Amino acid sequence: MPLANNTTDERGIAMTTSTGTKTGTDIPQAIVKQRNLSWWISGLIVAAVAAFIAQSLYVNPNIAWPVVGEFILSPRILNGLWTTLELAVLSQAIAIVLGLVISLMRLSSNPVAGAVSRGYIWLFRGTPLLVQILLWGNFALFYDQITLGIPFTGVTFASWPTNEVITTFVAAVLGLALHEAAYMAEIIRSGIMSVGYGQTEAAQALGLTRGQMMSRVVVPQALRIIVPPTGNQFIQMLKMTSLVAVIAGGDLLTVAQNISAVNLQTIELLIVATVWYLLVTSIASAGQALLERRLGRSIRRQKDRGNKTARGRAS
Amino acid sequence: MAEMVRAENVHKQFGHSQVLKGINLAVNTGEVQCLIGASGSGKSTFLRCINHLEEVTHGHIWVAGQLIGYQVKGNKLHRLRSRAAAHQRRDIGMVFQHFNLFPHMTAAENITMAPIVTKGVSKTIAADQSMRLLDKVGLRQFADAYPAQLSGGQAQRVAIARALAMDPKLMLFDEPTSALDPELVGEVLEVIKDLAAGGMTMVIVTHELSFARDVADSIAFMDNGVILEQGTPNQITSNPQEERTRNFLRRVLTEESRADSEKQHERAS
Repeated sequence: MPLANNTTDERGIAMTTSTGTKTGTDIPQAIVKQRNLSWWISGLIVAAVAAFIAQSLYVNPNIAWPVVGEFILSPRILNGLWTTLELAVLSQAIAIVLGLVISLMRLSSNPVAGAVSRGYIWLFRGTPLLVQILLWGNFALFYDQITLGIPFTGVTFASWPTNEVITTFVAAVLGLALHEAAYMAEIIRSGIMSVGYGQTEAAQALGLTRGQMMSRVVVPQALRIIVPPTGNQFIQMLKMTSLVAVIAGGDLLTVAQNISAVNLQTIELLIVATVWYLLVTSIASAGQALLERRLGRSIRRQKDRGNKTARGRAS
Repeated sequence: MAEMVRAENVHKQFGHSQVLKGINLAVNTGEVQCLIGASGSGKSTFLRCINHLEEVTHGHIWVAGQLIGYQVKGNKLHRLRSRAAAHQRRDIGMVFQHFNLFPHMTAAENITMAPIVTKGVSKTIAADQSMRLLDKVGLRQFADAYPAQLSGGQAQRVAIARALAMDPKLMLFDEPTSALDPELVGEVLEVIKDLAAGGMTMVIVTHELSFARDVADSIAFMDNGVILEQGTPNQITSNPQEERTRNFLRRVLTEESRADSEKQHERAS
């Protein structure tokens, strides 16, 4: 069978190079870099405003900068920071797994699974995170014992006081993870739905079962859609952990507030917390960019390889 | 000759619209059956019923003696579980109008994936087979190319190789050249002709009348959900009995000749 493309490729490349050299000799080659006065002016204005704000903060007698310096690396603050990171990573991880399950339930043909999934999202997306955290933190107020047994029979195997099972940390994770799972479910669902119908049809026609189709064809393509918003969610999660301060969650903000409650340096400790939050979210943003680049790499590599093979064939 | 496909009184309904209204068709092993007809006549729907991508609402289809999509228990039909339906499809290859290659896999991976995943074929054996198949469709040097780097004609040839990798008993083609630029149609039809010469049983929905004439053992003209007329290529194209068949052929043939003369014009200029 004739491979007509090779010859057209050759012809195509040959034609562009010949026309390029013909006209390229008599026009200048050097390109003058464009300078734009308005960029310089606007840059100066922004720098001036920033300098003014920085100066006013620095000389402000109400902010004791040495206190900021004293606490920024203090063991208690670092401890709180560690708790914040633990809460964010653990909650996000649980949310991703749970969200995947909920999204698959939503997409399944089983009407009960669909209804459960919808109900979950309705409940956990429809109520404020702050309220959910408060409810988990005060779980003992409406169930003081947690019992393992057979419902409706009175048979019990084991029983624990709620406050021992749902510690503050557990309550914080429950609040953050269950709320986040509702959002992750929607993100994952949109990723799965973004994979075209033709793809599932082709997989079906090849005799793949549903599970094989999901793992080989749908999910790998859906990830490109799912990962960027998931990175966003994690950055948001890092900040949302501060809400657990309302149940004394032991996170960065809780610690900062505890310290300032004693030394009354409220602004200084809020600045300490702000600096850490900014630093951590900046690192997470950089990580997200890196991850997206890795994920995009397979596509870029496809392009690179394509150019190489195309040229290789033509020469 | 053994029957590969048998369709009896096949009906298909989407909501309130009857798309298929009693299709009867038999395709023998090694035969090429072409389905022609205007768009909306139900040819693609019928093709998709053969591998149960669409569920038949009434009637039966057998492929290689196996009832498709259902199981007989007593005097009732029971819908097959999705896993069993998947199993049935492994013997039936399908090629789509829009190729539907997996964009995240190379050409070779597109071909090896299904045998590895569904049949547990070892990676090396599957890779060998994929190279043989790529050879067969003339694309050996594109093994590592991704679908986005292929022309439409190349993509469709890879899609054919992908279907062949499952060693199907039957191949279904759903307008395999309709999405292609005119100059790329030939290379795909060439591959299909090779398959026909190799004795593959095929059902082909196509608008390429001259191709159908060349390759088919039998052509069925579908109109409004039924097979209006069926016969050898000669009977259908040279001596159609039905007025609607004649109208359809006249329309398609004038289009084809116009396209041909345009092509010649292009070449001349």
